[in-house]
Amino acid sequence: MVEQEGFRRYVAHIILWIGIAIVAFPVYIAIVASTQDNALIANGQMSLLPGGHFFEVYYQTIFVGTSGSTREPVGNMMLNSLIMALLIAVGKIAISIISAYAIVYFRFPFRMPIFWIIFITLMLPVEVRIYPTYKIVADLHMLDSYAGLALPLIASATATLLFRQFFMTVPDELLEASRIDGAGPLRFFWDTLLPLSRTNMAALFVILFILGWNQYLWPLLITTRDDMQTIQVGIRKMITTTDALTEWPVVMATAVLAMLPPVFVVVAMQKLFVRGLVETEK
Amino acid sequence: MQKQAIFQSKLLPYLLVAPQLAVVLIFFYWPALQAVIQSFLLQDAFGLSSNFVWFDNYIELFKDPAYFESIVRTFFFSFAIAVSSLSFALLLAVMADKPLRGSMLYRTLLIWPYAVAPPVVGVLWIFMLHPSLGVLARYLRAAGIDWNPLLDSNQAATLIILAAAWKQISYNFLFFLAGLQAIPKSVFEAAAIDGARPMRRFWTVTFPLLSPTIFFLLVVNIVYAFFDTFGIIDTMTRGGPGTSTVTLVYKVYTDGLLGGNLGSSAAQSVILMILVIVLTGIQFRFVERKVTY
Repeated sequence: MVEQEGFRRYVAHIILWIGIAIVAFPVYIAIVASTQDNALIANGQMSLLPGGHFFEVYYQTIFVGTSGSTREPVGNMMLNSLIMALLIAVGKIAISIISAYAIVYFRFPFRMPIFWIIFITLMLPVEVRIYPTYKIVADLHMLDSYAGLALPLIASATATLLFRQFFMTVPDELLEASRIDGAGPLRFFWDTLLPLSRTNMAALFVILFILGWNQYLWPLLITTRDDMQTIQVGIRKMITTTDALTEWPVVMATAVLAMLPPVFVVVAMQKLFVRGLVETEK
Repeated sequence: MQKQAIFQSKLLPYLLVAPQLAVVLIFFYWPALQAVIQSFLLQDAFGLSSNFVWFDNYIELFKDPAYFESIVRTFFFSFAIAVSSLSFALLLAVMADKPLRGSMLYRTLLIWPYAVAPPVVGVLWIFMLHPSLGVLARYLRAAGIDWNPLLDSNQAATLIILAAAWKQISYNFLFFLAGLQAIPKSVFEAAAIDGARPMRRFWTVTFPLLSPTIFFLLVVNIVYAFFDTFGIIDTMTRGGPGTSTVTLVYKVYTDGLLGGNLGSSAAQSVILMILVIVLTGIQFRFVERKVTY
């Protein structure tokens, strides 16, 4: 019985390592390819071990870009992605937390209709309203702007629901106490509710940052200028239809750079990430 | 459920909801309404005038074999991605749920692909399995398989399903692990005392107790396959060869991009909206069950 248990654990370790290898293999190949010579890769003779071109490829990728016509440093694309991701994450949290506060802590005419208006947007992902939204953003002269990149993605029913749920669990005594201290609604929000919401906000931020950084279809449509490209859009444009011209080491270095920030966030802030993921799905 | 302790203010609550309401009305409801209106109109070739044509755009769509094929294809992709990703993730989660040394490390090493963007997933997989330079394609050819996903539609579909399922493993793993850890260990001990062997224990105890999680993940995976595969398809096959990997979302994108038929593109958007509403509805019906553990 005991030996059997030991054997089973042994099998579990092996299966888990196979799983990890399957999950990691495509990324390993990308890292290896980003350190090799393009001619070798294009000939289909890529080595499975790292090559010696690490610094030169990454320098070119970050500061120069591909040699082709759409020469745009990936460093700049990363900056665009970062600004967009931060705007989406911070913007969503800011507008959701105050609207949730209003819905939970005030009674006012049209309170429930407003809640439902926000709630229903859960069912309207950007993909199903893509061209009409494009037209509105164009009419507002927000094509090729950070506002145009972030605003249509900023309204989030999930965040509002999450904060609403959390506010409902905050004991009423806290409000009574701060009212005795003479605090008005804004003071209570700022001094009591906001500090209590810190963990929720951080968990939400981690998820929203990743989702924002990884946006693709929307930036693809509304950015036409090369210097406004995000990294996800940029990498697609590097793969030319005539394969011979694709600079694979640069493409793979870009892929690695595109993965780096969100993967770092997941690994470094694993607890918040898991919490955020589970809570936003509720 | 309502708060007892509240503030009194006439103007403040409206100011607080105003930003979100503005964004929602301008960027959600207005475009959605536009799509609905547009789907009942037929524009002339120059976009100068349009006529109200009732359901003609929808009827045209359903008469179009290409649209029907993309519906079937989207559901097939969704199902294949969900089943392959869920089963692999469940296997890993069951293994990681055992009291193993280094189980936290295993979790970390399995969840990070969640953070990889769909277009990057597409780039990684097309590079590995590229017909002329992919490292894995070499072995496939050596094994006698005529591998060329850029020309063969079945292979292209396989490639997309594999890549999309790969990305979703980490998400499913995480939720399965949480679901497994929520099952009281005494249930397994009882089954073990009754003499049930591990495989039997899994199918008669673990699997039924995990079914709310499985159902929840099934819906989430289908929604994922509907929308997030766009980036994967766009970097790997761009809908090709021919139109053999064009999904519903990809079709909305390309049809609108060509700018040809606004009414048809709008009708497609409306159909997608209805699909999302149905899927979200199903998901919400089972949310309560999910929270119980």
